[in-house]
Amino acid sequence: MIGPHEVQVDAQGRLRHFLTTEGLSRALLTEILDTADSFMSVVDQSVKKVPLLRGRTIVNLFYEPSTRTRTTFELAAKRLSADVLNIAVSTSSATKGETLLDTVRNLEAMHSDMFIVRHNQSGAAHFIAQHAAPHVAVINAGDGRHAHPTQAMLDMLTIRRHKGSFQELSVVIVGDILHSRVARSQIHALNTLGVGEVRVVAPKTLLPAEVESLGVKVYHDLDAGLDNVDVVMMLRLQRERMRGTLLPSAHEYFQLFGLSARRLERTKPDAIVMHPGPINRGIEIESEVADGPRSVILQQVTHGIAVRMAVISMTMGSRVAEGADA
Amino acid sequence: MQGRSMGSSEIEPLIAQMIEQLRERIAARPKAAPLMIGIHTGGVWIAKRLHQELGLSDPLGSLDITFYRDDFTRVGLNPQVKPSQLPAAVDGRHIILVDDVLHTGRTIRAAMNELFDYGRPAAVSLVCLVDRPGRELPIQPDVVGQHMELQPGEHVKLSGPEPLVLTVQKTA
Repeated sequence: MIGPHEVQVDAQGRLRHFLTTEGLSRALLTEILDTADSFMSVVDQSVKKVPLLRGRTIVNLFYEPSTRTRTTFELAAKRLSADVLNIAVSTSSATKGETLLDTVRNLEAMHSDMFIVRHNQSGAAHFIAQHAAPHVAVINAGDGRHAHPTQAMLDMLTIRRHKGSFQELSVVIVGDILHSRVARSQIHALNTLGVGEVRVVAPKTLLPAEVESLGVKVYHDLDAGLDNVDVVMMLRLQRERMRGTLLPSAHEYFQLFGLSARRLERTKPDAIVMHPGPINRGIEIESEVADGPRSVILQQVTHGIAVRMAVISMTMGSRVAEGADA
Repeated sequence: MQGRSMGSSEIEPLIAQMIEQLRERIAARPKAAPLMIGIHTGGVWIAKRLHQELGLSDPLGSLDITFYRDDFTRVGLNPQVKPSQLPAAVDGRHIILVDDVLHTGRTIRAAMNELFDYGRPAAVSLVCLVDRPGRELPIQPDVVGQHMELQPGEHVKLSGPEPLVLTVQKTA
């Protein structure tokens, strides 16, 4: 099977699909951030959209519920003047037994130009990208434990807009690294963009075995992990896992790995606090911190729309440049 | 000037002459305050010069028309896109839109489409350093530095910002 990297970049080095941040060059990641920066100005217009993708059809194909990600993709597509179809597959044909490929073929027959795929199976978006018609672009909106590349890139945009560059930074990722597709995508992007130091902090039960090989420094003590960092990236802990054997209780998790105002004092004075949302207040993060002056959580949401506009137009642009729609 | 360049000693008098024409146009619209906007990249270079000399009160704005081009479906996205920056609301203003070379008219059409997505100007004046043949749309400049006749296959390109140089090139 051809890996995601070969599938997502064309012979000219342009982005064909966006499946993972792993293996993409610094130049390409920077191009995504630069393009997103340009799209940030669209919201200053009284007409908050540009005509770039007029007449194109984008399908939000969501096999897993996610209001926030779906909404930001939908808004991004609409700000590019594309038509958007939202398909929540759990309530649709998959329950009637239709396969993933059958669904894709049917949507292609309706002249769709792009699939934005959320799936609980790792590799689902990659599978669709490999089997989709040549004129169709695929964006991964989160697949299993594998990747969530647009979330990682909106985090990178947020860091760059606050810190200017990546080289001198020390960044810590805190929480459920084991199950987190967000963390994996963040780690690849941070390392490719040349961040000075990437740390992860998690209980041993929530760390993958090979985590150091991803290029991170592992801490099990949050206070030590926060020491003198520029950026704190908290992860969401799924409450349902609290009842499993991985963690004793939500209360104890907060005592050991929750971000409080007192703990935040260990970071640099101008450190920023990020969270992909939705927040479990009082479990991963104290309300005082989540709503405090260091929090950039809501800015992340705004940046998410610009990043998704960038990725949608870049992948679609490489299609049309190939003459697929001529 | 085919096959050669025009340097700053020849461009400066053109800019001086454009400033005089612009003063007249601005004076003719006393009710609509002028707001100057340059089109990336060459248009911004020329606009900076004009803006400085005219002493306009609002800062200079800039437009990158990449997201409004009508050839996205043929050439895809330009990776060198820069953010558009408008320093003030365009509603009711006399917009002075500045570009370096007016050729097909498609860039100006895209710029006006983008401008109207920001609001409704009272008037738009088009200012170009060079006006050359090859129009594909019914668009004409109000203030021009120089009209230039070119042979088929020739293009004129502005480089800058310091120094400003116009060069006529043969396209392959």
